[in-house]
Amino acid sequence: MALDTVKNAQENPDALQPYKELGLKEDEYASIKEILGRRPTSSELAMYSVMWSEHCSYKSSKIHLKQFGEKAVKTDALLVGIGENAGVVDVGQGYAVTFKIESHNHPSYIEPYQGAATGVGGIVRDILTMGARPIAVMDPLRFGDPENPDTRRVLPGIVSGIGGYGNCLGLPNIGGEIVFDDTYQGNPLVNALCVGVMKHSDIKLATAHGAGNLVVLFGAKTGGDGIGGVSVLASETFSDSKPTKRPAVQVGDPFAEKVLIECSLEIFAEDLVVGIQDLGGAGLSCATSELASAGSGGMDIRLETVPLRDPSLSPEEILMSESQERMCAIVEPVKLKRFMQICKKWDVTATVIGEVTTGTRLNITFNGELIVDVPPRTVAHDGPVYNRPISVPKYLESLKAVDVPLPSTPEEITAAIVKLMSAPNMADKTWVTNQYDRYVQGNTVLSQPEDSGVIRIDTKTNLGVAISTDANARWSYLNPYEGAKLALLESCRNIATNGAKPLAVTNCLNFGSPEDPEVMWQFSETVRGLADACLELGLPVTGGNVSFYNQTGSVAILPTPVIGVLGVVDDVTKRTPMGIKPNQEIYVVGKVDDNFSGSEWAYIHGKQIGDHSPVADLDMEQRLIKFLLEGQSIFDAAHDVSNGGFAASIAEMVLRTNVGATITLEGNVAAELLAETPGRVVVAIDESNTNAIVALAGKYQIPINHVGATGGNSLTINGGALSIDELRAANTGVLEKLFG
Amino acid sequence: MRIGVVTFPGSLDDRSALRAIELAGGTPVPLFHGTNDLKEVQAVVLPGGFSYGDYLRCGAISRFSPIMESIILAAEHGFPVLGICNGFQILCESHLLPGALTRNADLHFICADQRVSVENTDTPWTRGYTKGQEIVIPIKNGEGSFQCSDETLQELEDEGRVVLRYVGKNPNGSRNSIAGISNKRGNVVGVMPHPEQAIEHLTGPSEDGLNFFSSILKEMVGR
Repeated sequence: MALDTVKNAQENPDALQPYKELGLKEDEYASIKEILGRRPTSSELAMYSVMWSEHCSYKSSKIHLKQFGEKAVKTDALLVGIGENAGVVDVGQGYAVTFKIESHNHPSYIEPYQGAATGVGGIVRDILTMGARPIAVMDPLRFGDPENPDTRRVLPGIVSGIGGYGNCLGLPNIGGEIVFDDTYQGNPLVNALCVGVMKHSDIKLATAHGAGNLVVLFGAKTGGDGIGGVSVLASETFSDSKPTKRPAVQVGDPFAEKVLIECSLEIFAEDLVVGIQDLGGAGLSCATSELASAGSGGMDIRLETVPLRDPSLSPEEILMSESQERMCAIVEPVKLKRFMQICKKWDVTATVIGEVTTGTRLNITFNGELIVDVPPRTVAHDGPVYNRPISVPKYLESLKAVDVPLPSTPEEITAAIVKLMSAPNMADKTWVTNQYDRYVQGNTVLSQPEDSGVIRIDTKTNLGVAISTDANARWSYLNPYEGAKLALLESCRNIATNGAKPLAVTNCLNFGSPEDPEVMWQFSETVRGLADACLELGLPVTGGNVSFYNQTGSVAILPTPVIGVLGVVDDVTKRTPMGIKPNQEIYVVGKVDDNFSGSEWAYIHGKQIGDHSPVADLDMEQRLIKFLLEGQSIFDAAHDVSNGGFAASIAEMVLRTNVGATITLEGNVAAELLAETPGRVVVAIDESNTNAIVALAGKYQIPINHVGATGGNSLTINGGALSIDELRAANTGVLEKLFG
Repeated sequence: MRIGVVTFPGSLDDRSALRAIELAGGTPVPLFHGTNDLKEVQAVVLPGGFSYGDYLRCGAISRFSPIMESIILAAEHGFPVLGICNGFQILCESHLLPGALTRNADLHFICADQRVSVENTDTPWTRGYTKGQEIVIPIKNGEGSFQCSDETLQELEDEGRVVLRYVGKNPNGSRNSIAGISNKRGNVVGVMPHPEQAIEHLTGPSEDGLNFFSSILKEMVGR
């Protein structure tokens, strides 16, 4: 194919262009022509198509997401906000922490191993790009029916992809979730979170300023993988009739990324870059246009200088390739020599591909011919914005109240616990988590199955951070506004349970097609709920990701806002883990109600959902967080009550340390046991702290209930006894049997 | 006492090993694979990780690093070397230790708190333990299954060169549940479990691993 130059575009204005195949709509193509005053060249068309994709441009979500900015609280803790690769927060002692969560759902369904692996790789580069050393990852996952043969294809591949990449990078995997629901059958969710740490002075931004400064591409060579990943894959609904999309999935090389991390950190330490951007979705198109538009605007790129893995790639393909493990830096000419020396030390390929200019346009040439001449902002930021129609879903009119057995006798209680704890959603996840390295870097204080992951960031002062990710998609289905708030609260409660003060929020909003008004309503309600709750809790949203089109045909996934909360632990040696020891008194903190809607107990009885979600009590939850933080000195163990209710929490505590417990529940026993009323925590204390916990509960007006004591070799509830061995037999081996 | 830790491209547990040396009271010295300069260290640790991405075979490329030339030469003259996980694999590839580490029997990466017994306390790295002492240190690898010929196995057992052995269920299909071995002279030790990740209760399953590092320091002082 002949090179389509700017000159050619001017001379042949009516040439037919495959904009539809590249995922652009008629009116979007028209506005590109209007911006340029001519038809785009094929290279320009390639750039606009990937950058204006839903995945990169947030065109359907933008008008909703701006609430995170409008409703944001003013906080000194936020050092870098939304818009950069990842938000940065101050955690004290001169340290800054950056964290973010992203989706890699569509590629992971098509090619589970590589899709999941490159999901980890991408988020890690986002964190690195901010100037931070990545210190941990987490992976919230959602799958279809565990009995479905396709889940057997998808799950083991995704798990080994996450492990294969993350383990090789030397990043401890400290938590996440694994949830099964039929709506994820054709759209599994693979969300990846990474957290990194740096000193305040080391923060880097994605900007290209200073005419004459050089644009340096470093890392892996560019290949033909992942072309159109963001536009063709992530921004469309799957259907059976189309050809396989496997070439649009990137292929990862974790070793290349590990070396790139060490090389970049050494470059940052010597302050050798003006700005830096990683190459992820939309590859060079994204990096060059974003760097240029964040700077003065002018940039010249010589595309033929890009080192290629496959020399037959066309300029359009080079611009769209999503080959992994690449970074783009802006370097002052006087610092280039040292920059190149460090790259050589790590055997990292580095090439000057252009420079920052005094102009305002991004010009890309290929062997001297001008093939791109665009205002970079129009590519990077001025994409289309849609105010998509919304409508309240019809399904909300036909919700049915939950109808579940309510165990009350000792036999019924033990049978219920066995049934609950052997359900795939509640079963022991060791088969998965043991494939992830949780120890590497030597700073992991708590990791799964604890409520949050806790990482030490200073070995002298014991300063640390805690992170949890949570979602309850079934509540979001019933009420997305409350569902989002409840996910945020659960995440906050999880880190507070371990002793961390909530500081900042990230999110990964996984939804069906934005072109469906009912999905769009779920989305808008979710954003509104999350923004409202963050405002009231005083927590900034530091960034996030939207994944639409998680839909097969007309079946959308449950609305799944995964909320990540990061908190500070002033002294990680004081953290409260979930494991109990003998002779401790057990309390349930918080009050239960009898709503089983959206609960796991309901789910395992015919996959019911129910008729109404709980309503988030922000005032009480804030008092609860204070109670938990102040109570750290008297708690010996603590565990949040969520999926599976109190029964699951106490069973998990017993299994964690092989110490039994004897419990007496009063009132509505089935609800006390199995309802998932938010705002509850199980804590274990020494008897000598009885007065202290009562006083603390009084101070924050939090109801507490003494329900029993630890010890022995069984979990006994209201006379129904299960030996620890029986409990373990029910809870373990479930995933091995299904996927091993 | 200067103890070196080599960073290969793709090493992961190098900084943890440096910290373990420091906690044990030694002076940790970072070494880089690209030169043959041992910086006057008195012993060296080859840390865990995925050097060169495990390309070709685990440890097969690192074995040709310039620093390995110095280490191989020194080891043949009694210089103490400890290879942990990928370090063990590099030592096998370098023929400083016999046998090979292959894919785990279940073909999965395994991260677990592993009980092992210290069977040989006559090496500079394990002298601080008592013979038969059971300790808990993490394993975390995909290729930790120790394999060797029948003759080599016989020799290792007869000469008491099995340093660590898995207790309970064999996690990865290693012959005779072998988790670590030494060379004939005892100065070169390779172990699959990670003692450097069991040096404080806060971040590991135990503090049982610290003795590897205090043992070598005591040994050096005694010389």
